[in-house]
Amino acid sequence: MNLPSELRYTKTHEWVRKTGDKLVVGITDYAQHEISDVVFVELPHVGQQAEQGKAISIVESVKAAFDIYSPVSGTVKAINTMLESDPATVNQDSYGKGWFFELTPTKLSEWDNLLTKDQYEQVIRQAAAG
Amino acid sequence: MANPTEDISQLKKLPLHIEHERLGARFGAFGEWYVPLYYTSVIEEHETVRTGVGVFDISHMGEFFVRGKDARELVNHWILNDVAKLSPGAALYSPVCRENGGIVDDVVVMEEDSEQFLIVVNAANIEKDFKWFQSHKSGDVVFENASDQIGLLAIQGPLSRKVIKSLFDIDLNQLSYYHFVKFVSPFGELILSETGYTGEEGFEIFCPMENLARLWQRLMQVGKPIGLKPVGFGARDTLRLESRFLLYGHDMTDETTPLEAGLGWTIAWDKSDFIGKGALEEERKRGIKQRLIGFELSDRGIARDGCSVLMNGRQIGKVTSGTFSPTLKKSIGLAYVVVEHTQIGQTIDIEIREKTVKAQIVKTPFYKRVSSTVKKGTS
Repeated sequence: MNLPSELRYTKTHEWVRKTGDKLVVGITDYAQHEISDVVFVELPHVGQQAEQGKAISIVESVKAAFDIYSPVSGTVKAINTMLESDPATVNQDSYGKGWFFELTPTKLSEWDNLLTKDQYEQVIRQAAAG
Repeated sequence: MANPTEDISQLKKLPLHIEHERLGARFGAFGEWYVPLYYTSVIEEHETVRTGVGVFDISHMGEFFVRGKDARELVNHWILNDVAKLSPGAALYSPVCRENGGIVDDVVVMEEDSEQFLIVVNAANIEKDFKWFQSHKSGDVVFENASDQIGLLAIQGPLSRKVIKSLFDIDLNQLSYYHFVKFVSPFGELILSETGYTGEEGFEIFCPMENLARLWQRLMQVGKPIGLKPVGFGARDTLRLESRFLLYGHDMTDETTPLEAGLGWTIAWDKSDFIGKGALEEERKRGIKQRLIGFELSDRGIARDGCSVLMNGRQIGKVTSGTFSPTLKKSIGLAYVVVEHTQIGQTIDIEIREKTVKAQIVKTPFYKRVSSTVKKGTS
């Protein structure tokens, strides 16, 4: 399982990267594998208020639609429009070119409450055993 | 992404479940069955069938035998199509209707000889159909549900003929579309039919359940150099939808009629009698109220089963199937729409998650294979 150690994670399989005072959000390798064949991504709008744990984006695969939850609260500053024209990027490069959006968190301290690589690994192990 | 919460404890597994596990399949629910959805990717498997060859385990399907002096007449009373089109070794597609014209199921009838018929029914309808036929049985016949004793594998795609040739020592020239042969093989007595649910050239093999695993393993072995790959239920759905093959429980139900579903071509009106004839004649005279149409989304998204179809904010229909077409790279689907708004080219609105997206009514099938010798472009 590909889990970069510099990232933080959520129980709902989103990842977060800290770049200065902004946070970049995407979905994990585990999530893209579960979803399989991404054919559409519905992104938030720039300026939209994100609320921690609330659905902020939708990923459609051939088989079903999946809600993507915001890992922290804040204001959306940028979105990855490349996913609109080439949604399969999420499957091919989930931690890189497949990022979803960037936000300015209301409280940067929320970062500290996110899961570390090791904690997230436990979550996946439980899901696999489930 | 929410973690899956599917309860699978009540679902039935296919007889080859272990084989699918071994191949790394991802499983999911299909009606009351727990089936392989895909092994690598739905889109990859879809393309395998359109350009090469794939194998599906569809042993969940039901098989009924009708045998006896009056079998032919009885089957003809049950189905809308005409058994007069059949001869030994031929197969026939037909809906089965209630007296009121509602569709009980769509089936394939195969004539072994004039006193022996095999009816292939949808998995979700095995019990319902068996009861239905049982309660509409008459004359000198033996009616048997053999669904648990017969496994079914589908080999589909432009290279399917090559796989069948390397599997069996039989002359495939004696076979043609919607025909079958019955023969003894190392896997027991098999029925090999030129039928399928993908829109490609293809075959289906009915095999005694006890030999099914051996047949599957042999198939994988001889198919390997030809590029044969296992294909799951995910691609089975995208393939059938591109070809506008209807799915029972979605595109037709007990509440819809064959005329509404665009299956009028299967009705043998001049047959003296069949169940539902009166109601369907009445509907044909009066005209249908709704029709199953094909649509393409102009906006992004996928319109799935249950989405409302709107015009000027007023509901005019409902989506019954929808997916992303891997061949056309477009979002497509089928919907029942009030008959006044079913012209080809008509723009409609579809409500997806409380948002309205534009779609256009288009001709179906969405995809049609040109021929086995001419390679089709991806237009």
